[in-house]
Amino acid sequence: MRRRETTPSEVLERHLADIEARDGEVRAFLRLVPRLARAQAAEADARYAAGAPLGPLDGIPVAVKDVLCVDGVETTAGSRILKGFHPPYDATAIARLRAAGSVFLGMTNCDEFAMGSSTENSGYHPTHNPWRLDRVPGGSSGGSAAAVAAGMAVIGLGTDTGGSIRQPAALCGVVGVKPTYGRVSRYGLIAFASSLDQIGPFTRSVTDAAQVLQVIAGHDPRDATSGDRPIDMLAALEAGVEGLRIGVAREYSEVEGIEPGVRGRVDEALLKLEAAGAELVDVALPHTDYGLAAYYIVAPAEASSNLARFDGIKYGASDASAETLLETYLRTRRQGFGGEVRRRIMLGTYALSSGYYDAYYLKAQKVRTLVARDFAQAFESCDVIVSATSPTVAFEIGAKTGDPLAMYLCDVLTLGGNLAGLAGISLPCGMADGLPVGLQVLAPQWREAMALRVARAYEMASGITAQVAPA
Amino acid sequence: MIAHNWEAVIGMEVHVQLNTASKMFCSCSTDYLGAPPNSNVCPVCLGMPGVLPVANRLAVEKVLKTALALNCEIPEKSKFDRKNYFYPDLPKGYQISQYDLPLSRSGWIDIGGRRVRITRAHLEEDTGSLKHAGDALHAAQESLVDLNRSGMPLMEIVSEPDLHSAEEARDYAIALRQLLRYVGASEADMERGQLRVEPNISVRPRGAEELGVKTELKNLNSFRALHRGVEFEIRRQVELLTSGGKVLQETRGWSEPEQRTFSQRSKEFAQDYRYFPEPDLPPISIDPGWIDRLRGELPELPGPRRLRLMEAHGLSEQDARELTAERATADYFEAVVAAGAEAKPAANWVIQESPAATPEQLASVIRLVAGGTINRDQGREVLAEAARTGSQPEAIVRERGLAQLSDESELGAIADRVLAENPKAVADYRAGKREAIGPLVGKVIAATERRANAQVARRLLEERLNPLPDGEG
Repeated sequence: MRRRETTPSEVLERHLADIEARDGEVRAFLRLVPRLARAQAAEADARYAAGAPLGPLDGIPVAVKDVLCVDGVETTAGSRILKGFHPPYDATAIARLRAAGSVFLGMTNCDEFAMGSSTENSGYHPTHNPWRLDRVPGGSSGGSAAAVAAGMAVIGLGTDTGGSIRQPAALCGVVGVKPTYGRVSRYGLIAFASSLDQIGPFTRSVTDAAQVLQVIAGHDPRDATSGDRPIDMLAALEAGVEGLRIGVAREYSEVEGIEPGVRGRVDEALLKLEAAGAELVDVALPHTDYGLAAYYIVAPAEASSNLARFDGIKYGASDASAETLLETYLRTRRQGFGGEVRRRIMLGTYALSSGYYDAYYLKAQKVRTLVARDFAQAFESCDVIVSATSPTVAFEIGAKTGDPLAMYLCDVLTLGGNLAGLAGISLPCGMADGLPVGLQVLAPQWREAMALRVARAYEMASGITAQVAPA
Repeated sequence: MIAHNWEAVIGMEVHVQLNTASKMFCSCSTDYLGAPPNSNVCPVCLGMPGVLPVANRLAVEKVLKTALALNCEIPEKSKFDRKNYFYPDLPKGYQISQYDLPLSRSGWIDIGGRRVRITRAHLEEDTGSLKHAGDALHAAQESLVDLNRSGMPLMEIVSEPDLHSAEEARDYAIALRQLLRYVGASEADMERGQLRVEPNISVRPRGAEELGVKTELKNLNSFRALHRGVEFEIRRQVELLTSGGKVLQETRGWSEPEQRTFSQRSKEFAQDYRYFPEPDLPPISIDPGWIDRLRGELPELPGPRRLRLMEAHGLSEQDARELTAERATADYFEAVVAAGAEAKPAANWVIQESPAATPEQLASVIRLVAGGTINRDQGREVLAEAARTGSQPEAIVRERGLAQLSDESELGAIADRVLAENPKAVADYRAGKREAIGPLVGKVIAATERRANAQVARRLLEERLNPLPDGEG
């Protein structure tokens, strides 16, 4: 676009055509906003024509996960209960992309309130993996991952509470970043679990991901948990891995249910990094198993409270047939929330109840501290920890919907990063059984630059980069 | 009256709206009274999806200052928690409050010689309010939600059950109000809902150790209602128990028209609020430097100030109490003294006149009256005009020719005329009714358009009524 070989409007129309052609099968989008997109693209056209684009994201088409509020655009968190809700405000990440000139394509599908690992818990419809349509795209940010994997968007925005960016990135063969907790403002992110949620990008290259992070990261006076740290995403991108120490944890490489194809690709990736000059060191993450249990206490507990506001009175869907206020609440919530959301509200309510709080919530918080300590100790002897992102490649649609515990295990390698608030990235490291395998790079808090550097070095050393899934 | 063999035990829960400019967790104004319903709101205090609270630092400081004034312990770390419950005036489905790490604990306040222990003072957000169409909630056809008040900064001050009468309960609330106004935390106007006092009341046989079943009293919109409500509730409980009945643990409301309490809600089954740490707000670290700064910003509190005024200026306890009732009054009094006025007349003027003039203007007036230039009535007028126009009292006296008339020949002539016109009073006086001179002095003053020096007028009248004996006769 800078070279005037194409224009933002041309790029947008190409993407809208691709969506038209492919999304009938993939179903990554819940709704499109072509009028808004065309207006934004036209403004970007003018800036490029004047030789004054706003920056690297000016005119770039973005797919937005349906949990990020976009001013005036229906935003439903993938839930029927928010049908018809048009927020009168932008999420801060959205506002920053808007200010950078990005073009919004529409809202992408996700598990309802980001609760799930396959996008099958959407209140609307499942999304299909562009690599094989009978497979899930992962979740909860499956729509954004699939949109980028299918070439329907250049950038996808997702949110990651226990792996909801990294796992679908892995399953769809794209790059996905979960920034440090506090790195990207959560203002305008419809909360699932407030102490774990982070917003991050999907892209088809590590460099693109760094560019997006550079724009959306930073302190926000409207989010008291956002940090005020230097934003240095591109600083060390090309510095290579010579002399870096890469931690390998047995608890991760030998995790229960890891597929041989996945393990094979990850082992190859580690050898490539070693060949590129990195030193592989063993580290221990002894509380990994407990972390999963703690996560499924803390996240539902926070969710049970965060979702209390959806009562059918103030916004979104409401059951009009109810005769009393209590009935309105009960019916709206029963009809508006899907099964997984109701399950987590009940789990969380139980875990916080008087008499159970100490045994569940408090204990889970203690485990969380232990998990964070595991990572802190591990990072004393390494710069990053590299593992598979997901123990499996994309599984068949419907394979795990009847077994919540099997679904919860999808996050076993990712949710530790959320419990400890770390920076993490998933990037493609080859294929197994014709499906993408994801490599996870975890770095200490605020060290996104280190995770991106290792990921970029791997891209260079392996020659593997994210590809658009063939139609 | 409570029967002598029963003892009332009262603990107080007080909610105070803080007088910050903006709400607790958003930038909406706190000036919501009188605003059209749901106009003083934003996505944050409406509890819309995705928005986040950001704590108002000034509100935190106002709680800390109040806590210091209440002799509380301040922890190094405090945090907010979520109190979860469904109610239509609570848009998020939870209230951000403080549970196990409040901003302060374990303080005390002295009420007329009795020490009342303070359990804690913490910070939370106010709810919205409901308007019920119809007379009462149970008969309402519809209820409307107004969220203008939602998210107002609210401090809760909890006392130990150290109070034992309706008078003490009222005095406690009055003392708290005074303290809050001194500290600058709140205007604490009960009728405007800025100070909401909820006594927990139980009774027990005098000498008993065990506490009785308590009721919580709400809707007390004035100190008078507080006094009456507690008094009623103590009597009701004693009558119930002495007639073989039982007190139920419940929340009771005060009905102003009926002057009685009524049952609102049973508290036998405690609600489970599922408190947990508010993940949207980082914990608050309170370092000693911050506390030192806040302590330094505290004004001299009413108790110590009263004693100092008594000692430094020889004021009576009553005068000192009235002058220190409001911080502004005491400040004004001290400014008048600093501007050169004598303390005792200054106290009288401040207490009796509540002047609108500047302290310097009042000090001038006090000097003019003490020096005999004008009398007290004139002083009052001059003071009012000085306040209205901003002019100096000396200049007003000069321009209006108000200087007191002390000229003996002029006043003597007027005295002669007054005596001639009032033979009855003269006769009364001479018959021994000495007080008959009062009205005569008044008539002389009136005849001078109130300019006469009252002392001079009296002396001249006395000289004429009691002529010296004729030395040659």
